[in-house]
Amino acid sequence: MSEAPTPEPRSPEAAAAVVQDGEDASLLHPEQLISDLLRYGVAASLALVTLGTVVTFFRHPDYLVSSEALLRLTSPHPVPHTLGDVVAGALAARGQAFVMAGLLVMMAVPVMRVALSLLIFRQQKDRLYVGITATVLAMLVLSFLLGAAH
Amino acid sequence: MTPFLFMLVVLGFSVGAGLLGSLLGIGGGLILIPVLTLLLKVDIQYAVGASIVSVIATSSGAAAAYVRDRMANTRVAMFLELATTAGALSGAYMSGLVGGRGVYLVFGGVMAWSALVMLRRMRASAEAPVPADALADRLALHGSYWDESQGREVSYRVTRPLTGLGLMYVAGTVSGMLGIGSGALKVPAMDLAMRLPLKVSTATSNFMIGVTAAASAGVYFARGNIDPFIAGPVCVGVTLGAWLGSRHLMARVNSTWLRALFVGVLLWVALEMLRKGWAS
Repeated sequence: MSEAPTPEPRSPEAAAAVVQDGEDASLLHPEQLISDLLRYGVAASLALVTLGTVVTFFRHPDYLVSSEALLRLTSPHPVPHTLGDVVAGALAARGQAFVMAGLLVMMAVPVMRVALSLLIFRQQKDRLYVGITATVLAMLVLSFLLGAAH
Repeated sequence: MTPFLFMLVVLGFSVGAGLLGSLLGIGGGLILIPVLTLLLKVDIQYAVGASIVSVIATSSGAAAAYVRDRMANTRVAMFLELATTAGALSGAYMSGLVGGRGVYLVFGGVMAWSALVMLRRMRASAEAPVPADALADRLALHGSYWDESQGREVSYRVTRPLTGLGLMYVAGTVSGMLGIGSGALKVPAMDLAMRLPLKVSTATSNFMIGVTAAASAGVYFARGNIDPFIAGPVCVGVTLGAWLGSRHLMARVNSTWLRALFVGVLLWVALEMLRKGWAS
């Protein structure tokens, strides 16, 4: 959990990481960058899902007491399944639309991770791995396009 | 049961699935799907959508710690993702051509076999030397990690990257066909063929399954399989479990114990797949 380098004395836990962090703050640590992307991506997703859940219970107080509502919720029914649905729902302050937005952020995190790896390998001028990562990213994009076309 | 109570139950099971998944390098879908469908009577189409979300959440939740601690080998992961994504793409096509039954039977068999081989490796007293490999050197796949349970930095060498690539293509195809993260196939491939230490294998598998699952998540979303009411608590619970497992448990567990747990879960998954293949 070491964010921006702070001048304050560090906790004993973080002391071990000091050696690595202290090497050169301007030099990018690939592992740290990827780890941060994953952490912030996951945190953003969880924040949206939690917010959406709270809004849902606020708008449907019967969810706290009624057991009939559950039957409706777990059997087949239409769910938002296009980006337009999600945006429209969020604008109407529908809790489930926020939850869905959080889930979409979660799904996007691995793809962003591959894109970040590509940038890192390019900066390191590691041409072999730039090629490998670019191919993986291309196949991921292709699978999204094929999925959308289905 | 009220929707509120339902959410708490889903949340609880999801924490467990994320904890186990983060240690074993699997997505936890094979734990959650039976719980959701059999115990909580959720329609299978939403259970599958929640399972895909759980794979991605386990992966991203655990990998944040594994990558920073260099437990996951990011170069091995990137190299192997070439094969898993290619496999996932072809698998999505093949699922129309080959029946699900044969796939379940074949892979149930493969998993049972790899569980037994992994079990045998547990008894092997002295580690056999890892054969040198020119391609692994060129790709700079070798690495090291800090093992808290042994109290030392463990360095390791990687071998047979092409065999690993081939096996990952198969694992990716299974993912594409069955909609699972297939960590249960990825870990034995890295452990047995490429000779990565077990902890590195499970952490690297964890890192990779998110990308494999993301490749098919778009399709599930477009089909309307991802229900926020069910996938929401799964997402939160699994992430918490994966976070706990990767930050507080992985470094401390003993590798022998981890191997025994993995073999047990692998055998259970194998039997489950064989049963499904037999029944369908």
